[in-house]
Amino acid sequence: MPTYTMRVFRGDPGGGEFKDYRVETGEGMVVLDVIHRIQATQAPDLACRWNCKAGKCGSCSAEVNGQPRLMCMTRMNLFADGETVSVAPIRTFPIIRDLVADVSYNFEKAKQVPPLRLRPPDPDGKYRMMQEDVDRPQEFHKCIECFLCQDVCHVIRDHEDKKRAFAGPRFFIKIAGLDMHPLDTRDRSAFIKDQAGVGLCNITKCCTEVCPEHIHITDNGIIPLKERMADGFDPIVWLLRKFRGKSTSRIGRDRTSR
Amino acid sequence: MANESYETHEHDVLVIGAGGAGLRAAIEAAAQGVSVGLVCKSLLGKAHTVMAEGGIAAAMGNVWPEDNWQVHFRDTMRGGRMVNNWRMAQLHAQEAPERVLELERWGALFDRTKDGLISQRDFGGHRYARLAHVGDRTGLEMIRTLQYHGIHQGIDVYMECKVERLMKDGDRISGAFGYWRDTGKFVLFKAKAVVLATGGIGKAWKITSNSWEYTGDGQSLALWAGADLIDMEFVQFHPTHMVWPPSVAGLLVTEGVRGDGGTLKNKDGERFMFNYIPEYYKGETADNIEEAERWYTDKKNNRRTPDLLPRDMVARAIRAEVKAGRGSPHGGVFLDICTRRPADYIRKRLPSMYHQFKELADVDITKEPMEVGPAQHYVMGGVRVDADSTAATVPGLCAAGEAAGGMHGSNRLGGNSLSDLLVFGRRAGLYAALYAKNVGGRLSVDAGQVEAVARETLEPFDRPAGENPYAIQAELQETMQNLVGIIRTEAELKEALKKIEALKARAKNVGAGGGRTYNPGWHTALDVRSLLTVAECCAMAALERTESRGGHTRDDHPYSDDTWGTVNVVLSERGGGISLRREPLPKMPDELNALVQEKA
Repeated sequence: MPTYTMRVFRGDPGGGEFKDYRVETGEGMVVLDVIHRIQATQAPDLACRWNCKAGKCGSCSAEVNGQPRLMCMTRMNLFADGETVSVAPIRTFPIIRDLVADVSYNFEKAKQVPPLRLRPPDPDGKYRMMQEDVDRPQEFHKCIECFLCQDVCHVIRDHEDKKRAFAGPRFFIKIAGLDMHPLDTRDRSAFIKDQAGVGLCNITKCCTEVCPEHIHITDNGIIPLKERMADGFDPIVWLLRKFRGKSTSRIGRDRTSR
Repeated sequence: MANESYETHEHDVLVIGAGGAGLRAAIEAAAQGVSVGLVCKSLLGKAHTVMAEGGIAAAMGNVWPEDNWQVHFRDTMRGGRMVNNWRMAQLHAQEAPERVLELERWGALFDRTKDGLISQRDFGGHRYARLAHVGDRTGLEMIRTLQYHGIHQGIDVYMECKVERLMKDGDRISGAFGYWRDTGKFVLFKAKAVVLATGGIGKAWKITSNSWEYTGDGQSLALWAGADLIDMEFVQFHPTHMVWPPSVAGLLVTEGVRGDGGTLKNKDGERFMFNYIPEYYKGETADNIEEAERWYTDKKNNRRTPDLLPRDMVARAIRAEVKAGRGSPHGGVFLDICTRRPADYIRKRLPSMYHQFKELADVDITKEPMEVGPAQHYVMGGVRVDADSTAATVPGLCAAGEAAGGMHGSNRLGGNSLSDLLVFGRRAGLYAALYAKNVGGRLSVDAGQVEAVARETLEPFDRPAGENPYAIQAELQETMQNLVGIIRTEAELKEALKKIEALKARAKNVGAGGGRTYNPGWHTALDVRSLLTVAECCAMAALERTESRGGHTRDDHPYSDDTWGTVNVVLSERGGGISLRREPLPKMPDELNALVQEKA
């Protein structure tokens, strides 16, 4: 079985360095398996986050050879036998230790998003939504909160001063998902513009490129939000949109081109 | 420790565990106007619920109007081979539909019927298509919905925090003590009531669909605090997981594949499940392919395909096929949906399965069959609770979800877990809050208790060259896999107990190097203790129950025994050792018994 040199970042807020570990791999192994093998045999205190090891929980985000990825979904056979593979924590957020970053920024942003406000049910007490009207918000609900999109976002990564009034791609699709919810009645225009700061995004699509769930973050989430900001807030259009169902509005239209 | 300060938080209700049950409990307790703390071992939203795939069982009748709580109750009791706590099964069947609709009101977007209602899919052991779902990522939708609803309810969330021990004031609960995983510093929670919602025990086995978190924390905390556990012999080996490559062995393949038309085949292409229909299920199971095929669209005039027998039966059948030399190349069997449903349908209904086979095994499930086999998935047993209030046998302690026992009897039906989390999570939050409101005065936490636990928690650092915790964990997993698996015998169970005893002795010398900041070696050293505790409980109860039933199969006692059908095995810790006794099951009222006896 192939043997690799794993160059793993070891350190804390005070500093650190890459350390090399020689690891023999087995069939089908992913980077997370190799990290576990290092823990079990060479460095028991090597810190990393993980839960499901199935690409469903979004805990094991890291930068593998500089690429933001889920360690559990990155197969070792991507790399040539004998190659050196580097593993570092996602670098936009402060380090706690080794491969673990402090992602609390995202949990703070999550709290700020104005939640769903439901319209009354149908006369028989039931809520009805057609599948074609939930298809789009369902795409955003696939998000596993790995925060890789937040990691590569230029605004969050490079502009400390702007972070306070900026939600980032993960929360743009959260907001878009709420806005496109067929039963929602809340107006989030001011929030989207002022607190979420969607105007700061310059659509480089880095977020979309790294999304392990292949969500069309930019095309289907961010651009519709930006268009609404550009249109300005028209209360009549807004009311029509709420009462006619959102699938007819531009925000719910399929912008997928690929 | 003597001079180490630690932070203290005070709440009326402390919920330990933030999966479906814990989040639902915290939301309900907060709605009662009490102060609530929610402790999660990982980050919020990463708990095991996120991995649930197929759906939430609830008799809403959106697809089959004939469905109702009585049928769901009947299916659940029969699936559990009648040793379920009948009252839990009744409350569960009655309340599940409202809990699902509540999730929808909180923002969950389930797949729809053509009338715009919540769609429901077929699953094993359920008479009607009953599972509310979102493709094959229902658990993600559920936890995200609860998480985003929960963060606006005034709940204090403590992330990456591990509880080591419950604190007691006399007989009753007064709090919990643990450490922050990121800093390694101690934290004390004073609380009038504690809800355990910590999930299962799967990390005691080698091949499991469970994550690192499932180390039997809640079951152990309860036991150490003097509470009873029941049914710990009943462990679910879900029949379909990936078997290849080895690094993903145990990765769950949803029962939804079979619910949506997939069938099991052996290496000769035979649909072998027709050869494994037990007497108990003959009345409701198709014995020929033609009827089974008709059943997908006409449930009234046809019996269910044996591919959707309850999980214990399918798991044993797969094991038998493999043993007889009719398995797939990597020691499983074939699960085929590609020849039975169009590629678009498969990608739409089962996107995660498509994704995980493609990315991790280079298999395109729209073109090739999957190779699948059983793995440890769930424990039916757990903390013994009162059905209505979820109260454990220690005042101030409640338990819900997988951490609690009784609801599922000897075998859980697919889809009944997510509904269990919601129904009993809510009840736990409600009754813990009501209990807390009635606790007068101030509870005290004994500084001596705290001191002792703190000292014990730091002990591994005194032995940097001590036993490797990962090695002990791996040996335990090997032991449980080989000796306390799907098929058990007296000799093997006795051998397992002997090995567990030896591992317990070694665990006393477990060591940790490095510092206290986010140190997984240290965390594993601490988790090994609870893991050994639940493994011992499981093996002891399995040795005691000399019959086969649901998720407990004894090769030396291959049949169900009616006298065992009326008792639970109850475990408790007295004087440092685990003791065991049999207690009669609560007696089911006649009108419910009549429902259960009803023919399909």
